[in-house]
Amino acid sequence: MKNLCFYFEIHQPLRLKRYRFFDVSNNHYYYDDFQTEERIRALVEQSYLPANLTIAEMIRSSNGKFKCAFSISGIMLDLFEQYAPEIIDSFKELAKTKSVEFLAEPYAHSLASVFNTGEFETQVKMHSDKIENLFGKRPVSFRNAELIYSDEIGELVSKMGYKVMLIDEARHILGWKSPDFVYNHAYLPKLKLLVRNHKLSDDIAFRFSDHSWIDFPLTADKYIGWIKDSSPDENIVNIWMGYEAIGYFQHYSSGIFEFLKALPYKAMEQELNFILPSEAGKKIEPAGSLAVPYPISWSGHEKDLSPWTGNDLQQEALNKLYAVAERVHLCNDRPLKYDWLMLQATDHFRYMSHKDPFGTNYESPYEAFINYMNVLADFLERVDAQYPASIENEELNELLKTINNQEKIIVELEEEIAKLQKKKNAGK
Amino acid sequence: MKALMLGWEFPPHILGGLGTASYGLTKGMAQQEDMDITFVIPKPHGDEDQSFLKIIGACHVPVVWKENSWDYVNQRIGAMMHPDEYFRLRNGIKYDYRRIGTNDLGCIDFSGRYPENLLEEISNYEAVVSVLAHQLQFDVIHSHDWLTYPAGVFAKQISGKPLVVHVHATDFDRSRGQVNPVVYGIEKRGMELADHIITVSDLTRRTVIEKYHQHPDKVTTVHNAVEPLDDVDSFVKTPRKDKIVTFLGRITMQKGPEYFVEAAHSVLQRTKNVRFVMAGSGDMMNAMIDLAAKRNIADRFHFTGFLKGRAVHEMLAESDVYVMPSVSEPFGISPLEAMQVGTPSIISKQSGCAEILTHAIKTDYWDIDAMADAIYAIVKNPAMYKSLRELGREEVNNIKWYDAGIKVRAIYDRVRR
Repeated sequence: MKNLCFYFEIHQPLRLKRYRFFDVSNNHYYYDDFQTEERIRALVEQSYLPANLTIAEMIRSSNGKFKCAFSISGIMLDLFEQYAPEIIDSFKELAKTKSVEFLAEPYAHSLASVFNTGEFETQVKMHSDKIENLFGKRPVSFRNAELIYSDEIGELVSKMGYKVMLIDEARHILGWKSPDFVYNHAYLPKLKLLVRNHKLSDDIAFRFSDHSWIDFPLTADKYIGWIKDSSPDENIVNIWMGYEAIGYFQHYSSGIFEFLKALPYKAMEQELNFILPSEAGKKIEPAGSLAVPYPISWSGHEKDLSPWTGNDLQQEALNKLYAVAERVHLCNDRPLKYDWLMLQATDHFRYMSHKDPFGTNYESPYEAFINYMNVLADFLERVDAQYPASIENEELNELLKTINNQEKIIVELEEEIAKLQKKKNAGK
Repeated sequence: MKALMLGWEFPPHILGGLGTASYGLTKGMAQQEDMDITFVIPKPHGDEDQSFLKIIGACHVPVVWKENSWDYVNQRIGAMMHPDEYFRLRNGIKYDYRRIGTNDLGCIDFSGRYPENLLEEISNYEAVVSVLAHQLQFDVIHSHDWLTYPAGVFAKQISGKPLVVHVHATDFDRSRGQVNPVVYGIEKRGMELADHIITVSDLTRRTVIEKYHQHPDKVTTVHNAVEPLDDVDSFVKTPRKDKIVTFLGRITMQKGPEYFVEAAHSVLQRTKNVRFVMAGSGDMMNAMIDLAAKRNIADRFHFTGFLKGRAVHEMLAESDVYVMPSVSEPFGISPLEAMQVGTPSIISKQSGCAEILTHAIKTDYWDIDAMADAIYAIVKNPAMYKSLRELGREEVNNIKWYDAGIKVRAIYDRVRR
């Protein structure tokens, strides 16, 4: 039996305001609230809210047969709470149907998995806490920001207890293999990997209303037909996209909502089943393992990290940012910690890309870089104010060492106690 | 394809960007095998590079019939023009130009510059070209800038060949809107009577369409390029403690020097290890010296005076940032020259070259904050400097006059049909 796994990503950055170098150390507020609010409201009204209603209806009309997963970044949840609390309620309603699953991801939609594993673990935990808090269930499946994945990252995720991870269909990894199977991590078979079906996902996300597309117009009949006609052993089709594809990129008038509503009927007619990522990990037998020595993502043709880390500007910004990670961890200053998260969003680095600054609000990558670096300069000054650079090297290292060795020392001492006890008993 | 080009400047003796552009374009076009260019300038100095085109000096063309022996002509102008050609051209005298003061050969003396009696020189140039139009063989006439438009129009009337005018600048750029009606009249007439108009940027194209009321179909943009430097590696940057930020060009209203001074003031409030250099001369120079003193930054703000030749490239290569805050710049070749020697450039959005450059910072000329921010980022951030330097150089090296020449050629082919 074939399974369809739908999953929608929801993330928007907190946009930075125009921040000049003479604002550094004078002004500690970095965000353009107006721009952010306007964007969030537009997306909620045109896409998220009507899409949620549509999905609720799909679940209802199919008696809970239709299922889908969401991954909402922590930043996005914060922004929803601030600008569009009604959408949180709407997701809570969906959560009650038990037909949706919320995935775990790093809170700040960040590149921490590549640059700082400690930070990565902290953010993932933060995010899972938040999801549990809001929707009542702790996530068991994981998807990284921008679907970034490598064996190393998979290992981290598995150690944190997640059973399923979502990755993209990268040709250089899969080779002749089809994305329509469940796979294993290269050396930790407990972690299952689901692979996005690139073609079928983009058919909806990008091509649905494209009049020049050869398969235009796309109907539910046709779409389900393609899936039905694929090779019979392939048992899962992963259709994943940004949630704003529904209603925002593919406008209401394109008929996208009607298309979605028709999907469950047509799928059931053809005896196709809907499945959640966590269920897929449990129920479907893996077809083999995938080795991913270098990180892959879901962007561009190369499917690598180059849209965020590909040029000197991006490298510089990321290195400067993550250089202070340890020190920020020691801080207890809440505004500082908040800014630390907001400044890590992948979007800021994407806007500095020469080849693909997707979604940018700057006129050039250089402008994005100038603005970000000014903000970062101020942020670094604030970190420095908490832990002046002069004591950082000696004392801070001492402090860190004590903290890190704490457990080791306890274990050592306990062993010693046990040894002495034994001696004492033997003496008796 | 034979082109009769009418120009005013040709390297090495140039006064502005027009000469550089004329040289680059003709050199790029000469790479087309069947291209044969004759370039007329008021006064050649004899050291022009004639390997790829033929230069005729207007001051060696007779406009009034004088009897002279072959030997005498040879002795007088033999170094610049073959006496046989002098006599051949003399047969082209069809009008009575005795009202114009001529010398013993019947030729007019030109200054070859932009003198007080510029309008008189323009009409004298027109007279010379009438002789050439009668006597030379050509397929198309190509006039560079308004000074040569009247001559181009006259040549078209005489020969019946199509006329292409090349707009390197308009009077709107030069005067920030306070146009000289006489100049405007000459420009407009040239454009009206031309078969096609070439502009150096879309910015200029819009001016030509909106202010000179030309039909958009008749106006095509051919962006300038930059001639590769043979000795690019000989320009090096001396390591020094202070960063150098440079403005280079005529210090006139058009170039927006005051915005540069204000941006310098803004940057210097934050950091001390930067020096600002204003290279060039012009009618606003003294005002700028005053302004720098008034802003209390004169100790970090330097004036070099007029630079030319190799000194220009040396200055650019020694700089860490090149700034061109022009209020209105039809094209602006100097940022390309700066990028050639690896100097990051900040250019105003109101300059034509902004249309073809990606690896340069673009700001509005009046946006002092943005300009200061960009200067600060480049001098403070090595990654930014490196990125602009390397990618900018690569970008500029791919902007070739050959490609511009191909576009001009396509226009020739179109007007001849």
